[in-house]
Amino acid sequence: MKPFKQVLGEWLEQRTGAGTAIRNLLYEDIPASAGWRQVFGGVALFLFLAQGFTGILLALNYAATPGDAFNSLTYIITEVPAGRLIRGLHHWGASIMIVAVVLHMTQVFLYGAYKKPREVTWMAGTLLLLLTLGFGLTGYLLPWDNRAYWGTVVTTQIAGQAPVLGPYVERLLGSDGGVGVVTFARFFGLHVLVLPAFTALLIMLHVHLVCRHGVAPAPEETGPPKTFFPGQAWKDVTAVFAACVILFMMALFVQAPLDRLADPTDTGYIPRPDWYFLFLFETLKFFPGPLEPVGSILLPTLAVAALFLVPFVDRRQATRLTQRTVALGVVVLAAVGWASLTAAAVKTAPQAAQGPKASLPPAADWRQLLPAELAGYGYFQQENCSLCHNLSEGPTKRGPNLATVGTRKSATWMIAHFKNPSQVIPGSNMPPTDLNDSQLNALAGFLLRLTPSNAGAWTAAPPFAVKGAQIYDAKGCGKCHKVNGVGMELGPPLNGVSSRHPRKWVEKHFADPAALSPGSIMPPFKFSPRDMDALVSYLFSLPETPRPGPK
Amino acid sequence: MGLAFAVPAAIYLCFPPRSRKTPDWVQAGDLTQLDLGQPQQLTFRRTGTDGWKIAAEKATAWCVKTSDRDVIAFSPWCTHLGCAYHWDEQKKQFLCPCHGSVFGIDGKVLAGPAPRSLDRYEVKLENNAVWLGPVRGPGGTAL
Repeated sequence: MKPFKQVLGEWLEQRTGAGTAIRNLLYEDIPASAGWRQVFGGVALFLFLAQGFTGILLALNYAATPGDAFNSLTYIITEVPAGRLIRGLHHWGASIMIVAVVLHMTQVFLYGAYKKPREVTWMAGTLLLLLTLGFGLTGYLLPWDNRAYWGTVVTTQIAGQAPVLGPYVERLLGSDGGVGVVTFARFFGLHVLVLPAFTALLIMLHVHLVCRHGVAPAPEETGPPKTFFPGQAWKDVTAVFAACVILFMMALFVQAPLDRLADPTDTGYIPRPDWYFLFLFETLKFFPGPLEPVGSILLPTLAVAALFLVPFVDRRQATRLTQRTVALGVVVLAAVGWASLTAAAVKTAPQAAQGPKASLPPAADWRQLLPAELAGYGYFQQENCSLCHNLSEGPTKRGPNLATVGTRKSATWMIAHFKNPSQVIPGSNMPPTDLNDSQLNALAGFLLRLTPSNAGAWTAAPPFAVKGAQIYDAKGCGKCHKVNGVGMELGPPLNGVSSRHPRKWVEKHFADPAALSPGSIMPPFKFSPRDMDALVSYLFSLPETPRPGPK
Repeated sequence: MGLAFAVPAAIYLCFPPRSRKTPDWVQAGDLTQLDLGQPQQLTFRRTGTDGWKIAAEKATAWCVKTSDRDVIAFSPWCTHLGCAYHWDEQKKQFLCPCHGSVFGIDGKVLAGPAPRSLDRYEVKLENNAVWLGPVRGPGGTAL
């Protein structure tokens, strides 16, 4: 009796011919000159499959609507185990895939491997390059952060500039009324349905043609053909393995960017495309005003057409690499052009916009904060804001870090946002706060004063001080008194009150001001013992003399 | 190489997400709302997380005041298959409409397929305010 494995093998072979197919593939003849330079196509194919795999994983924890997209991606990164890794693999996989595709094309171009009868293989390859870039372009929007939103605003407007077709392309991308839910759905659909289907079909055609015509031989082969397996097969596997190592290193050690939630009102945001589109971005600068479509549409279209038609432009017999001076020149020129444009774009990238400088000196100590600013921190804790927001820079929680929000947003914006978060930032996941207007003012005051370096001033404040400042703020003490140089002067400034009066006196004074300071117009206040203690302790811990107030 | 992708994928799909601690305690009502020995359904709002969503959601508890200083709060779901039960005033029992489970006022199973007594919220009384914590299932595990 035959062993089971053999029976199964024969059964499969009879029904599917799989064994023969694999054998044909492995023992296919390839030219003796084939070697390391032919590995990039295999790497690109591997990366495409890896992108499909990680993309599907991401989709299983992803909500494909604006706002929720950002929230679910934040959830993937911060809460799902291995989520940051999977997202990193997908993000960096895109970049590495573009590198692999470009290297593959450059190799084919340099060696003239597109020549007869491989013209269609080349053209399919050109389309695959475009599809790869299309993946990058559509995937760019999907995190729905500021970077994604503004990047896509620019991209869709460029598409809208196309002569004649512009308005139709915009309608197709759902961006004729601005980038919103429709654009998002279109980009998501393109990214996960349309592009993968076309790419898979073209890859099949491309690989089929490679098998049909074989690997392109050098003009003068030095030896008889060899088989793909084992020599070239191991070279391919090694290259794929190297790509895999680079990919995992980047995913593990280089953080994939995620900006704050897309904010269409954020006029200070300066969008930048991903690195592989930077050269196009820089090219645009050479064509100001009405000439812009030349740089954004005409030149790229011509470049793509030229690339596509390369096999029909260069129809000479295959020659050795050293004699392909024109091809070498084109590659060197393209590389230098690309590199200098990209370098220029990187160099001219403005730093993140700095808002108006705070007029107050940076506070290093909670005693120097204004009561409202300290009270605002109390409301921040009370409303559990810290569940979703970090005060310092660094890793983000579910919501954005707030260290620099004061330089980016106005108090009016903040208060409107606290009251109804999703109206101010569509898609915001933040629940509305339960604070009254004066409390919201205090909260905004706190955030306006906060900088990346001074969060310690608040976190070091003892609970009694925060509580005391909240009472001070809620009772409107600042309408008559000054603390730290801010407030009114109807009553005496409260810095140094501890050296002017004993504690008992101050406590009694609250209950009946007129009795202790005849002629006082201060109304009596009744506090619970705990509140009294917090307020008086706070006032007594203020610095003796206020620091210089704002000019 | 396959493993390099498969292991993170398995962790990604099969391990529970790190959940952020949300404040568990919420004021559901007031002792004065409740009558001694008379179950009453208290409705309150609590902030819950559902995956990437944070939502202020409506929640309810069947509360029984057992003495002046004691309140039991039952989770509103039958321990059989999670239907919402109700208090039957005539029979003085909690009845589940789905599969006929019957619970006493102390939450014990009197009849039907329910496998265990009603689950309870942790309860804290502060002055007259009734504060409810997480629901404790069998063995004291948070549900």
